Amino acid sequence: MNHPPLLDVRDLVTHFVRRVGLLGRRREVVQAVNGVSFAIAARETLGLVGESGCGKTTLARTILRLADRTSGEVRFDGQDVFALEPAALRRLRRRMQIVFQDPDGSLNPRLSIGRAVREGIEVHQLAAGADADARVEALLAEVGLPAGSAARYPHEFSGGQRQRAGIARALAVEPEFIVCDEPVSALDVSVQAQVLNLLVDLQARRGLSYLFISHDLAVIRHVAPRVAVMYLGRIVEHGPSDAIYERALHPYTQALLTAVPVPDPKTRRARVVLAGDPPSAVHPPAGCPFHPRCQHPGKNETCRAVRPELRELAPAHQVACHLADR
Amino acid sequence: MSAPAPARAPLLEVRDLAVNFMGFDGVARAVDGVDLVVGEGETVGLVGESGCGKSVTALAVLRLIEPPGHIAHGSSVRLEGRDLLALGGKEIRAVRGNHVALVFQEPLSALNPVLKVGDQIAETIRAHEAVTRSTAHWRAVEMLAAVGIPDAERRAAAYPHQLSGGTRQRVLLAMALACRPKLLLADEPTTALDVTIQAEILELLDDLQKKLGMAVLLITHNLGIVAERTRRVYVMYAGQIVEEATTERLFARPAHPYTEGLLAAIPRLDVRRERLQAIPGQVPPATAWPPGCRFHPRCPYAWDKCRSEMPPLLPVGEGQRARCWLVNEPQRKGMK
Repeated sequence: MNHPPLLDVRDLVTHFVRRVGLLGRRREVVQAVNGVSFAIAARETLGLVGESGCGKTTLARTILRLADRTSGEVRFDGQDVFALEPAALRRLRRRMQIVFQDPDGSLNPRLSIGRAVREGIEVHQLAAGADADARVEALLAEVGLPAGSAARYPHEFSGGQRQRAGIARALAVEPEFIVCDEPVSALDVSVQAQVLNLLVDLQARRGLSYLFISHDLAVIRHVAPRVAVMYLGRIVEHGPSDAIYERALHPYTQALLTAVPVPDPKTRRARVVLAGDPPSAVHPPAGCPFHPRCQHPGKNETCRAVRPELRELAPAHQVACHLADR
Repeated sequence: MSAPAPARAPLLEVRDLAVNFMGFDGVARAVDGVDLVVGEGETVGLVGESGCGKSVTALAVLRLIEPPGHIAHGSSVRLEGRDLLALGGKEIRAVRGNHVALVFQEPLSALNPVLKVGDQIAETIRAHEAVTRSTAHWRAVEMLAAVGIPDAERRAAAYPHQLSGGTRQRVLLAMALACRPKLLLADEPTTALDVTIQAEILELLDDLQKKLGMAVLLITHNLGIVAERTRRVYVMYAGQIVEEATTERLFARPAHPYTEGLLAAIPRLDVRRERLQAIPGQVPPATAWPPGCRFHPRCPYAWDKCRSEMPPLLPVGEGQRARCWLVNEPQRKGMK
């Protein structure tokens, strides 16, 4: 990359304390994000895939400074996100937005769709009065909502339409970068395709960068030319989608890919079935975080004792596994 | 290619099932004239999106519809020839769990949070069979081991919240299968789980089905699961069956435009598509199904007849049937 990246995340660590047990007397430290680095260029999409509890949502929240980091660095357009003063942070927030899985989380049920979209425009003083109204109308039309939607309330819309409204709300402040956190996971297949197409179109039209988070590998393949696979707070494989989907190098990625049922009764694939549940992020295993579930025939003492670092095994394709080879 | 109609006598035979819900905005005809057959030992898929009536169909089979919903007159649900809708309260309770069991998507809501999981399974067994407490407990532990829970004896003493999502779904399967039902209604059994755990549970379900020789009605929105796990499939849309076929045939030659649309809309792992073909519009609400063919407002091939006359399930060949006028007038498809 010749240009400096739009978003640059270096060795990011986010641990948080959770109170557990009766009356919350016991405290435990969740190592949600454990040393993650990646960069996203302008107009680029990075897909981030992982199962529940792998830390992908905490990672997104930390990048947007909605959660506190423990250590490491996040730079957006060269600025250190964690060093910003409140005023500068507010200016930055206009440029970084998020779309959630559940649009209801970002839409106030008592606010009309138009008011919800208008909020950001007013907070950041981008327009006022009739000018703001016109912007809202244009945004709602751009995301494919019918005319007259502005005066209606979230409950009057279907799930797919509410997600469109959530996207309009994020776009209202004209961001350059959007975190899409499982944006289509709650939607039906027929509607999911509509929203995915919309996100792809908006990116092309507005030159957006996406960090696209999903547990659905097929969705990620569709939207992201580059993918990072996360397991237990760490990126275990990172590279071009085509390379990863055609020949994953990490045993976890291989298991993930073979676990997805393929909608074609004629395909019968060899499946790597993992044993057991992912370990807890409170007590991550020593050595390779994946070793307790790893089915690699060559698994050995090193895997149990030494944590593998990401190494580049093919052009721009990194894997954190002692045993992987090209 | 095998004929889709099961050769053996049907285990479950649903005819003209209709379920209505009374509400403020009128009657919701959630299920409207569903015919469905499951043969002994067979795995049948029931696929559709939210609100299509697939879960309500499963609940109606076990007469678990609560007011304001009710099963309409003229509906028929037969299990091995016995009319379940005519049974008394005590008799239908004996069928539930014993002959037909149900597993849901969300295991946590189906388990009692203040009872040890082993006791919950033992309770189910004792509700259906005259066995002693200790026999029931021993069988509960045996079932937990059978669904692949390591250290089953110790885990039987755990409470639901102490278990992971995958383990809870295994417990639910153990409970459902404890009385060796002939038919399992599995309603999105893996939807709440991660893909790697989902794969484990589906493998387990396959294994258990072979061992116990039970039939499974697998209700899902996931076409990948349908392709991998079923031999025959029904597609539901807006309260009706719109297509039925062998799984192979459905994926190779979908006859209903809705099925065709669904297959084109899913992002695939094995093929990178430039653009997904979305089905335009939304699923209509159950209180206001469109006139004529219920899919016509979203259908790329719809013409006048589709807007005014509801098509019946028309035979396509090799046991495939589709609720679409195109079956009779295939040349119309080319006109678009």
